[in-house]
Amino acid sequence: MATFNLNINGNEQSVDVDPNTPLLWVLRDHLKLVGTKYGCGIAQCGTCTVHLDGVAVRACVMTVAAVGNQEITTIEGLSENGDHPVQKAWLEVDVPQCGYCQAGQIMTAAALLDKNPTPSDSEIEMAMNGNICRCGTYLRIKKAVQLAAEGTS
Amino acid sequence: MTLVKTKIGRRAFIKNTSLAGGGLVLGFSILNSCKPKDVVELAVREMPKEWFDINAYLKIGDNGLVTIMAPNPEFGQGVITSMPMIVADELDIAWKDVLVEQANFDAEAYGWQFTGGSQGIRRRWEGLRMAGATAKHMLKEAAAQTWQVPLAEIIASEGILSHEASQNSAGYGEMAAVAATLEVPEEVSLKEITDFTIIGTSKKSVENQKIITGKPLFGLDYQYDGALVAMVVHPPAFGLKLKSFEDAQARSMPGIVDVFKIKTLEDDMKRGFFDTNAFTDLVAIVGKTTWEVMNAKKEIRTEWEPITDSSFTMDRFGTEMKVDVPSGLENTSDHYVQMNEMAAKPGTTARKDGNPEAAFNKAAKVIERSYTCPFLAHNCMEPMNFFAHVTEEGAKLAGPLQAPALTESTVAARLGIPIENIDVELTRMGGGFGRRAYGHYAVEAALISQQANAPIQLVYSREDDMTFGIYRPSYQATYRAALDENNKLVAFHVKAGGVPETPLFANRFPAGAVDNYLAEQWEINSNITIGAFRAPRSNFMAGVEQAFLDEVAEAAGKDPIQFRLDLLQRAKENPVGERNDYDPDRLAGALKLVREKSNWSETSSGVHRGVSAYFCHNSYAAHVVDVVMNGNTPRVENVVCAVDCGIVINPDAAANMAEGAIIDGVGNAMYGVLSFKDGSPEQSNFDRYKIIRHNEAPKHIEVHFVKNEIDPTGLGEPPFPPVFGALANALYKATGRRYYNQPFATDKPPLIG
Repeated sequence: MATFNLNINGNEQSVDVDPNTPLLWVLRDHLKLVGTKYGCGIAQCGTCTVHLDGVAVRACVMTVAAVGNQEITTIEGLSENGDHPVQKAWLEVDVPQCGYCQAGQIMTAAALLDKNPTPSDSEIEMAMNGNICRCGTYLRIKKAVQLAAEGTS
Repeated sequence: MTLVKTKIGRRAFIKNTSLAGGGLVLGFSILNSCKPKDVVELAVREMPKEWFDINAYLKIGDNGLVTIMAPNPEFGQGVITSMPMIVADELDIAWKDVLVEQANFDAEAYGWQFTGGSQGIRRRWEGLRMAGATAKHMLKEAAAQTWQVPLAEIIASEGILSHEASQNSAGYGEMAAVAATLEVPEEVSLKEITDFTIIGTSKKSVENQKIITGKPLFGLDYQYDGALVAMVVHPPAFGLKLKSFEDAQARSMPGIVDVFKIKTLEDDMKRGFFDTNAFTDLVAIVGKTTWEVMNAKKEIRTEWEPITDSSFTMDRFGTEMKVDVPSGLENTSDHYVQMNEMAAKPGTTARKDGNPEAAFNKAAKVIERSYTCPFLAHNCMEPMNFFAHVTEEGAKLAGPLQAPALTESTVAARLGIPIENIDVELTRMGGGFGRRAYGHYAVEAALISQQANAPIQLVYSREDDMTFGIYRPSYQATYRAALDENNKLVAFHVKAGGVPETPLFANRFPAGAVDNYLAEQWEINSNITIGAFRAPRSNFMAGVEQAFLDEVAEAAGKDPIQFRLDLLQRAKENPVGERNDYDPDRLAGALKLVREKSNWSETSSGVHRGVSAYFCHNSYAAHVVDVVMNGNTPRVENVVCAVDCGIVINPDAAANMAEGAIIDGVGNAMYGVLSFKDGSPEQSNFDRYKIIRHNEAPKHIEVHFVKNEIDPTGLGEPPFPPVFGALANALYKATGRRYYNQPFATDKPPLIG
């Protein structure tokens, strides 16, 4: 066990855990930030996507020890009132079906637009390809990313 | 705008319930389950000081806000929005004044709370309308009494009651207190379809805001003070069972509280139809956090032993039957050999019209083709999980369930406690697709909580989820068609079977459209467990039947749509047999709409089109799939879909579901496979089990609904099965190869011609 001081959604949070604990379980079990989801545990499905210093990473394979001083952003901290352009676009397009993968999809999309505010269709597909949606909302996700891009560019 | 920030206290709760006619007090639960900030988010305007129960489905606040209960479990099909829309329309309340709550499981109040078989809206249509219309009637009656005017002269619209002659008017909230004390009318009139104001208009999901901000919604997010985490170890192969286990190392690990064996179903227990379970003996590990339990689970040393042939009694909704479970470690390669052997022998005749063999003997042309598909895993994005707190007083359960009534009765039987002492809270489900109708994981959670004497959250790893069983079966079908010298279809023969069940629908198209028709079936028993998977059996039969008809139409030299329409014309005007389960007019209607919307007659270079149409779950769906070649790789460019499911409640959400069904169909047709080696699934996570991804989804999908005034029927399933056929037919045009074996991405059919 070791103590880690994490910067999560702009707040300092301290946890006492095994250094090998994936960030996903620190968020969900220790900090009760359950918006970040468990899907596969092997970085194949993207439901656990969070930002480390603005870059989309898979929290299920990122150990808490590897986080260091990087700023962690989860879906709960993406915006103050759920009004990030990507979140607003998700509402506008009425993207979700079951909704379980959508936090991960939104986090991946937000990181993409931060880096590339005007992605092409194939750039969107490439960036989003690591995020599985079992309900098949892919076209609405793409439409929402395009809409968010129009709003931010 | 004034917002109420304080919580309603115990006194207000008692006051409300004493005023109300029973049921739940939502004002209490909404306000006390939320932090003050959430209340601000929830409130479209000032929250009511009091709620008045009108019936189990709705209550009206003193300020006119209405809370409507969504009775059925939600797994992405949108009933948490569409069902309240139906109530709200008949109530004549503005949608902006509606709050929605997921009802917990309460069979007395809500009847059959089941998600599956595309039956939700169809079965609740009348009841939900009645709930809204009854409430509106009682509000009118309250106004009539208050104003001393005839009830018939009162108009209700958008939450306002008015009486023209006396110039009286009042909001629903002002009349709710009186209305809640009135007798429920014995008769109530429902709206004319043309008078709907909410039904048929697109409303966004009422839970979107929570989804996009990461609020706890799903079973895995369930929060309960002091809850421990539990995981289970099940056998690595079908045909094995637990012999013994060694837990010393696991017990010594940090955070581990207990390790023990559970038995989900006793061997002599009569099982319900949804009690499917190959692995009833499990090792349970209980600890403080998920990661600690996951680590300890790896250190459990287990010894497995082969199962012997056995049987159990199943109560299939009142019909008792004996189910045999064979021993052995099965292999996918053997399954295909066995299925081919069965296909070569006569099957059990399910339907015979005319004299099929004579017609085949006389035929000018006979076409015969065989098709197969593998097992599939549901792979809901949220793995199986459940919360349970079992005490001497009873059991509190919470989690994702499609069939809470069935699961609750198994929990009661297994724990030996009265069903009324069990409380089931329904959480939003991260997908279902049929999988969560089989609630073994809730029983496991309850047993673990009972033994650990603690509230626990049972969590399946992805590997546990994918390898536990309850799969879409592997199927095989052989079709024969006979054409006469005029290329008329004169005989049709289907013989279908599977491991372990037959997929045949003997009375479905083209039965009824052909004079000489034979349907046969067979089954090969297995110890691999199966369960309902989005459009059970149809998800194979639709695709292969529609691919076969495409070949028959080609052999007959006919346009594939016209060929089907001609057969449907025959089925309508002069049907063969009396048990045909589809309406030829509605199936033809879907085909005609897709022909029109896809501009079927216009071809463009490099675009290869396939068509299909199918009836299942009381609805009709037709697709035109366009494939383009990207080098040697086919890619679905465009899909045009036409659906006849009667009245559509929430059109854009309905289109979303059809889009998802199409993407799911393309994905499973191209890539879906779960195979077995020595009883063990060869895919256990998304590294080896391929799910369709963004760049493989169709570029565009258009969804069109047949407009009619027929009471709504199913939508979750019907658009899914025909995708497999339309895709196979488009792939043929694109590649010159007919695809007979799913998944198509690994099928290597020969070039034709």
